[in-house]
Amino acid sequence: MIYFNNVTKKYRDNVSLEDISITITQGEFVAIVGHSGAGKTTLTKLILAEEKPTAGTVFYESKDIHKLSSRDLTHFRRKVGVVFQDFRLLSNKTVYENIAFAMEAIEKNEEEIFQDVPHVLELVDLTARASHFPHQLSGGEKQRLAIARAIITQPDLIIADEPTGNLDPINTNEVVNLLKKINDLGTTIILTTHNKSVLDQIKKRVITLENGRVIRDDKDGKYML
Amino acid sequence: MFFIKTKRIIISGCRNFKRSGFTSFASILIMTVTLFVITSLIFIQAALNSSLNDIKEKVDVTVYFVSDAEESAIKNIEVALKNLPEVKNITYTSQDQALVEFKERHSNDYLTLQALDELDENPLGASLNVKARDPSQYESISKYFESEDALSKGALTIIDKIDYHQNKVVIDRLTSIIAGAKKLGFAVSLILVIISIIITFSTIRLIIYMSREEINVMKLVGAGARYIRGPFIVSGVLVGIISSIVTILIFIPVSIWLGNQMTDFVGINLFTYYKTNFLQLFIIMLGSGVTIGSISSIFAIHRYLRK
Repeated sequence: MIYFNNVTKKYRDNVSLEDISITITQGEFVAIVGHSGAGKTTLTKLILAEEKPTAGTVFYESKDIHKLSSRDLTHFRRKVGVVFQDFRLLSNKTVYENIAFAMEAIEKNEEEIFQDVPHVLELVDLTARASHFPHQLSGGEKQRLAIARAIITQPDLIIADEPTGNLDPINTNEVVNLLKKINDLGTTIILTTHNKSVLDQIKKRVITLENGRVIRDDKDGKYML
Repeated sequence: MFFIKTKRIIISGCRNFKRSGFTSFASILIMTVTLFVITSLIFIQAALNSSLNDIKEKVDVTVYFVSDAEESAIKNIEVALKNLPEVKNITYTSQDQALVEFKERHSNDYLTLQALDELDENPLGASLNVKARDPSQYESISKYFESEDALSKGALTIIDKIDYHQNKVVIDRLTSIIAGAKKLGFAVSLILVIISIIITFSTIRLIIYMSREEINVMKLVGAGARYIRGPFIVSGVLVGIISSIVTILIFIPVSIWLGNQMTDFVGINLFTYYKTNFLQLFIIMLGSGVTIGSISSIFAIHRYLRK
């Protein structure tokens, strides 16, 4: 599904990723771990085409993500749900509107929005908060809203960049369980984290990055740093 | 889908406008200042034009005839002058009328009147007062008297003097002042309008700059460029509409005050001018506001919508 082919990313002289080759298949749950500055976020930015690689290529199925036209890139992004550590919600929109916006963006009609949004709100337990604005929510609620926005469009892939970084253990648990549930339904998930307990909970494939290189790729969820 | 998308864009634009209370207020304020400047310049141009017209009206050329000129010969010249395209109107003053006016003018000057009485006949000649459509045309009118057409009518023998030659310096100077004032007025207006537009543009750009993170999120969620841009343009248009209404309301008391206080000074009643041209002025303000608002938004958001 996603294929990194000898990818290197440099910011001026600073090497963020060096000669990375990874394959992620459909339906996988992949955790990417490493210290701060190991290159985890750069890796997710490359998949989303927020950044371009200095060398190498990133493929989505058979297409080079960084050679997509503006229009095709928009269509590709519609197949990917994103969850960030800093939530990145639309501050001017309510909880309901934040989720509905993702559906409007992919041109769903009013009936579908009217049907699906309450369903997802219930799934992430935010029904009572539907008319609140992001600044009125707690950290855990914000992250659940971000997940709701990511899954509402039923994407093929969800990228969660340190989604538990700003959460306490109880909220972390909730978020991880939610992601596992989504993965069980067939969605591929790429999760970056440096939280050991999260990995212990997931027990899936773990790719370890250090100084921009892959130093370990385990199928059984070991956290060794 | 086009209809639904347009509806969503409009609703979202209006909502954003309402929810970003302070920033919307700031852009309305700046836009109102811009529209105020534009409208003030229209007022100033109107006042300037009216003053210039007043001055133009005061400029004329008088052709004095010798005292024994035949009235029919003068009338011939009058008809010929009337046919010149530069001539706006002509007033004929007969010998008798000239005498009456002269006596009136010198009613306190006993010595002059007595000298006049000593003469047996009227020493004053008839005259033609000529007004041109434009001050720059007096020269060509005065040249007419040297033309063959005029000469054939015996102009050379019956014309005593044309005061254009005496007033030439004043008329030339006035003509250049009028032309200069118009050019300067236009240049100053243009510069002020450009400055205000740049300020409005920068304000809207700054507001959109504050939303760059959100624009990025919208892109990552998969929203197309048009769908992201649309609500910002709607907000810009709303700023334009509201500002033009605010400006037109502000100008009601302003023009009443100007009408009461400044009519003698500027030459026209600006409140009357405002009432007569209300619709036109409102359309100019609305058009300028909406155009500046929407175009600024389009330009400002452009850089954030690239890949």
